[in-house]
Amino acid sequence: MIELPLLRVTGLAKTFGRLRACHGVNFELFPGEVLGIVGESGSGKTTLLRCLAAELEPDEGSVEFRNVEGELEDVHRMSEARRRFLQRTQWGIVHQNPRDGLRMRVSAGGNVGERLMAAGERHYGRIRAEAVAWLDCVELDPVRIDDLPLLFSGGMQQRLQIARILVSRPRLVFLDEPTGGLDVSVQARLLDMLRRLARDLDLAAVIVTHDLGVARLLTDRLMVMRRGEVVEEGLTDQVLDDPHDAYTQLLVASVIA
Amino acid sequence: MSAAIEILGLEKSFILHLRAGTRLGVLRGLNLTVEAGECLVLRGASGAGKSTVLRCIYGNYRPDAGRIFVRMGAGIVDVAAAKPREILALRRMALGYVSQFLRVVPRVPAIALVMEPALERGATEAEARERAAALLFRLNIPPKLWDLPPATFSGGEQQRINIARGLVGQQPILLLDEPTASLDAENRAAVIELLREARGRGATVVGVFHDREVRDAVATRTIDLAAEKAA
Repeated sequence: MIELPLLRVTGLAKTFGRLRACHGVNFELFPGEVLGIVGESGSGKTTLLRCLAAELEPDEGSVEFRNVEGELEDVHRMSEARRRFLQRTQWGIVHQNPRDGLRMRVSAGGNVGERLMAAGERHYGRIRAEAVAWLDCVELDPVRIDDLPLLFSGGMQQRLQIARILVSRPRLVFLDEPTGGLDVSVQARLLDMLRRLARDLDLAAVIVTHDLGVARLLTDRLMVMRRGEVVEEGLTDQVLDDPHDAYTQLLVASVIA
Repeated sequence: MSAAIEILGLEKSFILHLRAGTRLGVLRGLNLTVEAGECLVLRGASGAGKSTVLRCIYGNYRPDAGRIFVRMGAGIVDVAAAKPREILALRRMALGYVSQFLRVVPRVPAIALVMEPALERGATEAEARERAAALLFRLNIPPKLWDLPPATFSGGEQQRINIARGLVGQQPILLLDEPTASLDAENRAAVIELLREARGRGATVVGVFHDREVRDAVATRTIDLAAEKAA
């Protein structure tokens, strides 16, 4: 079985003025694969994620996404309309702060239904039924469908954000510190849910986190970033159990567990 | 290659950058062949590299040099050169591994944790549940614990969950790193019985067992890593 990569990143670089935010990043991501990007804050993780998700234009290099026709398309060299279409249907971003990913003054059901409408669905009954199904899938009580996300706890908002993304059946999801601001007990539940969803839906995902515990439990592969560069990569348990780079060894040795 | 595993010239050292670059050489040019269906027990003093060999076969440690051929179905994979996704596929299809620690998502019930490797290998929910329940029962985990997360279990109970996770996928090769270290006599006997059954269906076993009783009961061959190193 020959499987082709869903995402191909070549020579990616982004600078902000004199600051090299990320530099010389190369990798391929395959369907169903979960890639973690770890490193301390300021190491360029989020900049890289935003370049991958076509939210930020890199200075050098390319990010190619395999479309449903099987061809690689450079996400930074396509038309704005095409990019927006792919962003709404083929991939999704789960922001660290749910307020960046949700419309706080639109009902929970509306938040989930919006991406379906963007993808062309017009039938109100079907949209509502799908919204109910997805709320249930992320363990939100469908009774809350008409409530505003403002009234939800942080963990519930995070799960709503995930439902909003998954409803359009994306093939690739970007998550920026998905468990960041959450209570440890809520974190565990979210981790379990994300693992289940990745397995059942064959989703590919890129997860930025500074939490090595989250990375161990959630990702297949890991890239360790420092000062904008990838200093080490490999299978997640290889990188964490047999770190070669001095910085990775420091990260692993610093975990409080 | 008719063997299940063939290791050629395996070298593995660790460079501790936080300790002024101290270099720990663990394996120097290890050659080892494991025939299909045998139960090979690795012996040697603490630090001889027993766990390191198992972890290299599993693809958890990255060797400095050498080749590690592992049979997967009709094909062969060199773990030392394989890409991450090839190693994941190899683990799913060919390698069951029982480590000394249980590392799992918190708050997930024990039975769900045991079902997971079977689901990853394509078993249906019902099959996975049936196999997991059978193993938990055989390993003397009381059914009232099955729906609880193992965080509050005793050390021995957690280790038995770990053993069940390693066996439930029914992979053709089992790598066992001191699986019976914290078990009482009754549970050691249960593990011996399960390993015999696994070998009965053709599984190859490579393990580290400190316990003499278990070793004598399961080993078909024993090698001493210290002697291998000196040779």
